[in-house]
Amino acid sequence: MSKKLNIGGVITEPGSTKHYKTGDWRTFRPYWDKTKCIQCMRCWQFCPDISIPQKDGKRQDTDFDFCKGCGICAKECPVKCIVMNKEKK
Amino acid sequence: MLTEVRILGRGGQGAVTASQIIAIAAFYDGLQSQAFPMFGVERAGSPVRAYVRLSDKEIKDRTEICFPDYSIVLDPTLLQSLNVCEGVKKSVIVNCTRCISLKKETYYVDATSKAMEIIGKPFVNVAMVGAFAKVTGIITLKSINKAIDDLFGLKGKPEVIQKNKDAVKAVYDAVKK
Amino acid sequence: MKKVIECSHAIAEAVKLCKPAVIPMFPITPQTHIVERLADFINEGSLDSEMIHVESEHSAMSAAIGSSAAGTRTFTATNSQGLLLMSEMVFVASGMRLPIVMAIANRAVSSPINIWCDHSDSMAVRDSGWIQLYCESTQEAFDTIIQAFKVAEKTFLPAMVCVDGFSLTHVWEPADILSSKEVDKFLPKYKPMFSLDPKKPVTMGPIAFPNTYQDFKKQQHDAMKESLKEIVDVNKEFKSKFNRSYGNGLIETYKMDDAKIVYVCMGSLCTTVRGVIDDYRKKGKKVGMIKIKCFRPFPTENILDVTKDVENLLVIDKAVSLGNEPIVFNEIKSALYGKNIKLRSYVAGLGGRDVTHYMLRKALEDKDKGGEEWLG
Repeated sequence: MSKKLNIGGVITEPGSTKHYKTGDWRTFRPYWDKTKCIQCMRCWQFCPDISIPQKDGKRQDTDFDFCKGCGICAKECPVKCIVMNKEKK
Repeated sequence: MLTEVRILGRGGQGAVTASQIIAIAAFYDGLQSQAFPMFGVERAGSPVRAYVRLSDKEIKDRTEICFPDYSIVLDPTLLQSLNVCEGVKKSVIVNCTRCISLKKETYYVDATSKAMEIIGKPFVNVAMVGAFAKVTGIITLKSINKAIDDLFGLKGKPEVIQKNKDAVKAVYDAVKK
Repeated sequence: MKKVIECSHAIAEAVKLCKPAVIPMFPITPQTHIVERLADFINEGSLDSEMIHVESEHSAMSAAIGSSAAGTRTFTATNSQGLLLMSEMVFVASGMRLPIVMAIANRAVSSPINIWCDHSDSMAVRDSGWIQLYCESTQEAFDTIIQAFKVAEKTFLPAMVCVDGFSLTHVWEPADILSSKEVDKFLPKYKPMFSLDPKKPVTMGPIAFPNTYQDFKKQQHDAMKESLKEIVDVNKEFKSKFNRSYGNGLIETYKMDDAKIVYVCMGSLCTTVRGVIDDYRKKGKKVGMIKIKCFRPFPTENILDVTKDVENLLVIDKAVSLGNEPIVFNEIKSALYGKNIKLRSYVAGLGGRDVTHYMLRKALEDKDKGGEEWLG
């Protein structure tokens, strides 16, 4: 066997998925207009990748290391302060 | 020498328990023993069989016993529905009120009356082991009493256990050819 | 202490002495006496285990996986439909390398429904990565449970201790029951390699992509093969401590020194075969027996060793592989590939049919016919 693997496939490092950055899967990039945002936290609730951080009850800018650009936040935003733009690579 | 025993009873009468007592008692008397039920779906009242093998040597057989040396019949009504003599090599030991003649050498004892008298209930399974001991001489009363203690000592009431032992002795003394 | 005891109760006594922390259980005939007795022990306070009454065998094995993953010694028991219902989790347990010990009171598989003994149930999961040990007597069942915990926990492989349902589980016969002190000296505390612990989190049972899955299976396969040696060692150690052993732990032979005609069988049937062999030996016929105790991993080398001078092998299966040769026969045939031994296959005792002396003698008379025959 070429690889060293723990028996039973046990992963001993907790939270190791944080090393797997899915941000480069993105085709569309959410642009968040902080001035229009009403801090309703719908985007935070709906984001499937936990890529919208919040601090003291306030939405922070999107975590682009993990945001896959799915656009759910833009769709759910009641004041349309999130817009999906084509990713420039 | 190998001795094979078949016990016939009805579901709920304790044929299986009787087989266990014989096996345990024989072990105390220095024999190898093996007791097993005719495996099945026993319902209260249906005919039930249990078997015992006793030997002074290692027992190298786990087949069903078709040709027992002794056949013990716990319930007289089985005489009509089953051939209690089937395959029997030596004798049949029957719980019934009167002397009957079967095709094989027959011993009888009214164990039900003895049980009613001593235990107050028609539990004949343990008592009939006494008849087996008397007829065959293979196991002793002392060992039967020890076996009863083993099986019921933890859960049973001491006076019920004693009554069963008394019933064993009474049946032992009363069994006739 | 030696006493007359029901085999199921002897198994429960052995489990009690091994002190499992968790016993998830779901009752099924003829396994029920084992877990009933364990429940008695917990009730009277002589066994400090958590018994989990689950709603199905699938859940029983799931709970066993959970408790074993948490690093505790775990026991359960089942058979037949129960084993098949839990079979999904049976594979998970071995894949996660959890040394669960499970007693199987071998019973036929529906349909038609049948509660009596044959080996169809455990044979159906023979490729699941569990060690499978088949027992012949109450004493062997008692000893094998204790050995199985030791082997399983050394190799991180789960183990099934297979005991013929009714034909052995419900038999009362003398067996020597070891003391707690003796077993403590033989069986050390279970030390898991990994365990679920909130203070030191790990991930168990994750997805393996095509780039690793095969490697995990190879790892399991190698561990199974290496466990052959472990089983032999544990059997040897057991013998040195308690003066009892079952062949080399993998196979046991009976009158094989000069035997030319040899029965191959498993489980409680072996006792009857011993009696038949004794009768033949009295007549001067060179008959012997190979009892396969460990069916998985399969002891190919040992079979080759003991069959060097054998002319006829009569393989008796208590299970069938419908549409192909019976299972044990198939394994023996493949082990003996290229050897000049006449093989004949017998299927017997399905669904609890008694395998009689007559059938065993008939099997021997037909030894040169080759092919397959259903006895009875």
